[in-house]
Amino acid sequence: MTDFSTLLLRAHAGFLAALILAPLIPGIINRVKSLSAGRQGPPLLQLYYDLFKLLRKGTVYSSTTSWVFRMAPIVSLSAAVGVLMIIPCTGASPALISFQGDIILFAYLFGISRFFTVTAALDTGSSFEGMGASREVLYAALAEPAFLIALSALACLNNRISLTQIFSAASENPFSNISVILLVAVTLAIVLLTENCRIPADDPNTHLELTMIHEVMVLDYCGPDFAYILYGSALKLWAFASLLVAIILPVRTGSFMLDSTIFIFGIFAISAAVGVIESIMARFRLDKIPKLLVAAAALSATALILTLIRG
Amino acid sequence: MKLLLAGFFILMISSFIPLFSGKRSRIAALAVAAGTFCCLLLSAGVCIDSLFTGNTFDVSYRMRIPFASFALGIDPLSAFFLLPLLMLSTLCAVYGVSYMEKKNSEASSGASWFFFGILVLGMSLVVVARNGMLFLIAWEVMTLASFFLVTHDNQKKSVRKAGWIYLVASHIGAAFIFATFAMLGRHSDTLDFATFQTITTGSTISTALFISALLGFGSKAGFIPLHIWLPEAHPAAPSHVSSLMSGIMIKLGIYGFLRTLTFLGDPPLWWGITLIIIGASSGILGILFALAQQDIKRLLAYSSVENVGIIALGIGMGLVGISCGEPVVAVLGFAGALLHVINHCIFKGLLFLGAGTVMHETGTGRIEELGGLVKKMPATGICFMTGSASICGLPPFNGFLGEFLIFLSALFGVTTSMIPLSFCSLVVIISLALIGGLATACFSKAVGIIFLGEPRSKCAEHARDPDKAMLVPMIILALLCLFIGLSGASAAMLTCTAVSEISGLSMAACTTGLKTAAYPLTAIAMLSSLLIILGGFLFTLRRSTPRGHIETQGPTWDCGYAKAVPRIQYTSSSFSQPLTQLFAFLLKTKTKLPDTSATFPEEKSFSTETPDIWQEYIFRPAVIFFNRLSAVAASTDTGRIHIYILYIIVTILILLMWNFFR
Repeated sequence: MTDFSTLLLRAHAGFLAALILAPLIPGIINRVKSLSAGRQGPPLLQLYYDLFKLLRKGTVYSSTTSWVFRMAPIVSLSAAVGVLMIIPCTGASPALISFQGDIILFAYLFGISRFFTVTAALDTGSSFEGMGASREVLYAALAEPAFLIALSALACLNNRISLTQIFSAASENPFSNISVILLVAVTLAIVLLTENCRIPADDPNTHLELTMIHEVMVLDYCGPDFAYILYGSALKLWAFASLLVAIILPVRTGSFMLDSTIFIFGIFAISAAVGVIESIMARFRLDKIPKLLVAAAALSATALILTLIRG
Repeated sequence: MKLLLAGFFILMISSFIPLFSGKRSRIAALAVAAGTFCCLLLSAGVCIDSLFTGNTFDVSYRMRIPFASFALGIDPLSAFFLLPLLMLSTLCAVYGVSYMEKKNSEASSGASWFFFGILVLGMSLVVVARNGMLFLIAWEVMTLASFFLVTHDNQKKSVRKAGWIYLVASHIGAAFIFATFAMLGRHSDTLDFATFQTITTGSTISTALFISALLGFGSKAGFIPLHIWLPEAHPAAPSHVSSLMSGIMIKLGIYGFLRTLTFLGDPPLWWGITLIIIGASSGILGILFALAQQDIKRLLAYSSVENVGIIALGIGMGLVGISCGEPVVAVLGFAGALLHVINHCIFKGLLFLGAGTVMHETGTGRIEELGGLVKKMPATGICFMTGSASICGLPPFNGFLGEFLIFLSALFGVTTSMIPLSFCSLVVIISLALIGGLATACFSKAVGIIFLGEPRSKCAEHARDPDKAMLVPMIILALLCLFIGLSGASAAMLTCTAVSEISGLSMAACTTGLKTAAYPLTAIAMLSSLLIILGGFLFTLRRSTPRGHIETQGPTWDCGYAKAVPRIQYTSSSFSQPLTQLFAFLLKTKTKLPDTSATFPEEKSFSTETPDIWQEYIFRPAVIFFNRLSAVAASTDTGRIHIYILYIIVTILILLMWNFFR
């Protein structure tokens, strides 16, 4: 058993690793996409360059906007950092803050960042941004039940209701119930793609304002504000990916460094998988996505009922 | 206890002052506000004592009415409702002072203030009454006083209609409450709460009592489908009154129901399941209808239905927890419900006051006509935004606490291996998650369309922040939202004594149950404070970047089309259209599409409206049916005396024969 100070150190190490490595994820996704399209593509570290460049710029605000517009990037980045504080960022390390029911806070922290992003979009007075905001709340309202049911199924399977304990229980007896884990993994994958505005729910690279969802809501941001938003969404991707890795790659060798390395590579593998999905799939028609999300919720509810019945 | 009585007496005296103040409405208003405040101060001591220690205080005087006694008492449950009641009443009264003055309908403002005082008095008596007859009298006083307040603007036809619906709905509910107390009284031959005999679990009378209390108190609380008066009465009433009605009066339905539960002994499993079903349907349908509304106060009224649904989910988890023998689940469920009662009182009170200010300054409550108000009235905007974030249950505001406790209760429930409890918890988790997502949609729309963007019509042009008397109550409530949200476990621990009273569990069991939530809540409060500090840091960081201080103003990006007019903005109905479309099978929104078959385009209009489906499809046909029935009955009423004498003779004959043959 490792003592408390070592655990605390590991928690900090994991948290810092996530903060530093998260901007790699979009880089990996883009690299996979460009490779499969036969292009060389932007460098892996592109987001780091972008963030650095954006932080050195001034800002232009629309004269329609108010303080809400200025506050939203700060709130959404803080909320994303908050989520990384309550999840075990590199699997083997405990979370910085862990308590019973922190899975609920996971969902609600993204809730507050969404509330501000959406109101900031309406603050610009642009009809495109209003449209994006309207679609965002539609998807979120349906993704949230799917996500929370999936997490409850995990909680029920491992008989624990805090993320740190779920992560460690998942690695102690991996694949205790393969069908449930499979169903939950599919749900989490769908939620990951939707919440992070990826194909098939949203296309981050689309060139027409009318068809964007998340990207259109941040059209009017520039400079440091935009850097916050980009960084926040990279952190969000890390948070969702680490949930998936924890249940489908529950490897424990006993060595903290090795476990963390495997976990981080797991996250990069998920990013690559997102890149593959984006390369081989087209975006769904708008009215098909609610059906996808309801299906995801049904899958996770099945998973939960399966766990309940097996006891 | 003496102080409490003195407080009630002062409140009563002060409510009669407006009747004699004539045209000096300011004196009337100030008298009532001061009376309520005195009452709050005088009763605070005994309430706080009871909440912290679990002590009960009683006082009883004889009355000349049969079965009645003037028995009052304070126990943790009463104290838990009385404190927010008097606090919100004081703030609403202060807000009302200048609100009513500006409404300039001096003619009846004296009467309005009289009824305001009487309403507060009636509500307080409901909470502390310890005798069935006294409770019913107070209940009627409360209902009638609020009816006269709702119909304050009685020159308007819509207001008279709303008042009428409210009066009928309240009295149908009251009939069931009468039945509840009649059954209780018959069972124990007394109407004093202290001498009620215990009722055996599962007996017919306990079932009958549960159902009639659920219907009676549920209609006041606004459970679907008994909620129909809420979306009518709230928009009709002056804002400080709707704030009081939505903030606390509908909670007295919850109070009455919880009080009845304490008479009924151990609950069978189906009671909890019933409440979870009611809570889930009220919550989801309430917020869906709120989303589809175009009137700010109707939106808030439907959102009250949703929040009462959340409270019912918590009570349901509590009841199921008790009947399954899981004290932790039960305690967390009840505590979540109680905490949400207080939190909803604060943020819904705040939102109605904010809505009142908006309507007052712009002269319209239609969301589609507003916009950009945050620049004209910044303080109101911040308060309204705080209330909205709270009502969505977002941390670090207070709305999160109650929902978190209910979630935690459901998560504990789902991980127990008991199938009924686990399934109930599953339903609670799904509905709370869906409600949370939809509430965010609904209130980001409310804030975004009303306060942000550009003004959509001329109404919003001359708006500005109201004077201090209206602003200060809102600011106090907004600060309370944040303060309770950051208070961590202490707010939850305050519910301990009241939870013990409702659930019948020992104080030790309740403390243990709440202790499981204490660490999470403290951790959340800590994390929230950390994140607020982080936000501050990010703000300074943005300023201190090399060109961070350079801010240029420009137009909003509109694909290169820089001469955008406000009408181009997304509207409230277009914002909610994807969700209302998805749930069209429940909402039955009526759409008037223009005819576009003409060869040349001409001016067309398009409109949507989402009326209440229960009113349209259940209550309206029922009323029509009863009207026809009454018409048939009326045909026996001929107006000729000899026919009436004939009726009397026939009745006497039948009675004699019945007696003879028996």
